[in-house]
Amino acid sequence: MLHSEIVIIGAGPAGLCAAISAAKQGATVALLERDEFLGGQLVKQTHMFFGSKKQYASVRGIDIAPLLEKEIKGLPNISVFLNSTVLGYYEDGVLLFEQNGKAKKIKPARMIVATGAAEKVLPFPNNDLPGVYGAGAVQTLMNVHGVKPAKRVLMVGAGNIGLIVSYQLLQAGVEVAGVIEAAPYIGGYLVHAAKIRRSGVPILTSHTIKAALGDRAVEGAIIQQLDEKWQPITGTERTLEVDAICLAVGLTPLVEILWQAGCQMKYVPQLGGHVPIRNQFNETSVPGIFVAGDASGVEEASSAMLEGALAGMEASASLGYRSEDFDLIKQDILAQLESLRSGPTGEKIRTGLAQLV
Amino acid sequence: MQAKTGLLSAEELKGLLPPEVRLSQGPVAVIECRQKIPCDPCYHSCNRGAIKPFEDINDCPEIDWEKCNGCGTCISKCPGLAIFVIDLTYSQEQAVVRLPYEFLPLPRVNQEVLLLNREGVPVGKGPVVKVQNTKAQDRTPVIWVAVPKALAMEVRNIRTEG
Repeated sequence: MLHSEIVIIGAGPAGLCAAISAAKQGATVALLERDEFLGGQLVKQTHMFFGSKKQYASVRGIDIAPLLEKEIKGLPNISVFLNSTVLGYYEDGVLLFEQNGKAKKIKPARMIVATGAAEKVLPFPNNDLPGVYGAGAVQTLMNVHGVKPAKRVLMVGAGNIGLIVSYQLLQAGVEVAGVIEAAPYIGGYLVHAAKIRRSGVPILTSHTIKAALGDRAVEGAIIQQLDEKWQPITGTERTLEVDAICLAVGLTPLVEILWQAGCQMKYVPQLGGHVPIRNQFNETSVPGIFVAGDASGVEEASSAMLEGALAGMEASASLGYRSEDFDLIKQDILAQLESLRSGPTGEKIRTGLAQLV
Repeated sequence: MQAKTGLLSAEELKGLLPPEVRLSQGPVAVIECRQKIPCDPCYHSCNRGAIKPFEDINDCPEIDWEKCNGCGTCISKCPGLAIFVIDLTYSQEQAVVRLPYEFLPLPRVNQEVLLLNREGVPVGKGPVVKVQNTKAQDRTPVIWVAVPKALAMEVRNIRTEG
């Protein structure tokens, strides 16, 4: 049995920042990561981040991961466990994980769940054909493995992920036949939309996918216009010749471990699905179990980093580790979070959090 | 309407453009960002203080036309790649549009490239005047392309052929 004061599950932006802030306060931290590298989704985010200086604005996600990793390496009280998939949390507070084919147990005094989110799928005929991808998968293929995923793609969803991945497809030399969006308005940042428009990619709002075409793999897609009530308009069907369909229709928090730990959960559509009830410092209804990042509600990486830092501080403080400037740092994190969420684009998050916190 | 199509309408664009007088005086930045999103690197990138201070991180950038000298430092710092520098004084017939360009291959100086408007539609051809790809620009090179003066507020992208 391994021991650690704080165990953090997931080494994406939230988990990395949680580890750093907890370790800086003085707690011993075990960071468990399923992948063989740190960074989570940061490692494929070749675009510059938004936000402000303190949240690495204007720096590319792929460059933020090494910066955080360097901080982790400089903190001797953090143990990193790569290739480590958490399998279960038991009543006696033991966490079981698998590392390189071996089952291991660890008993933490505090736990921070930063497991992230999974892509949602969309039901339509033939959506099981090879060539129907999640946008995240396409981004991984291109930006992590250097594999060109297709020749001509239809992107479904005009949120930030759909817009950004469309742009990255263009950078990889893939044609984007169009971005369709069922809502009447583009959900992502309009500057991202403008970027792909000036490369000649149409964005069709109030449009959905009716079916994928093809026998053994995607050969095309039928798209269709929707009316104000989101109902398909007969006669507006169009066939696009594409060899891949990319789904960017939202993310849903990965919260299995929180269910298992008995945290009180609530379905909050604005946050992407079931999320744990928590206090404003990210502690769930089970004392000692914290949540941060997309697992606590799907949001941007900049807020994930801040939530992680906050959870890390709270978890260490509850163990008696409090630096002299603890309150100052904490107030600063809370102020940054509030400012990131304060504008019109933060409204969805604010509405979601109001139901939880 | 940009929220529906991704394209700035003529109406939406109006409030973003520099005054005629300022344009006639030399290069100046145009920031095509009018959505309130939490983002402020442009403000921090300008060491002339030409981008007015943000009271709230969700504020849209506002340029002080007198302070902006069109240096273009902000172009590569904008995560939305929404900043361009326009120089209407380049020559009798031509203006220079400086734009962020993150595609390979990069064009060469003097290469004729296709000039694309905000919809990606070719509206002409023009020579590349300069290619900036410095360490500070951090993989967001800036292309200077000469365009007919009448197209200075239309050309926002280029395409290299072949």
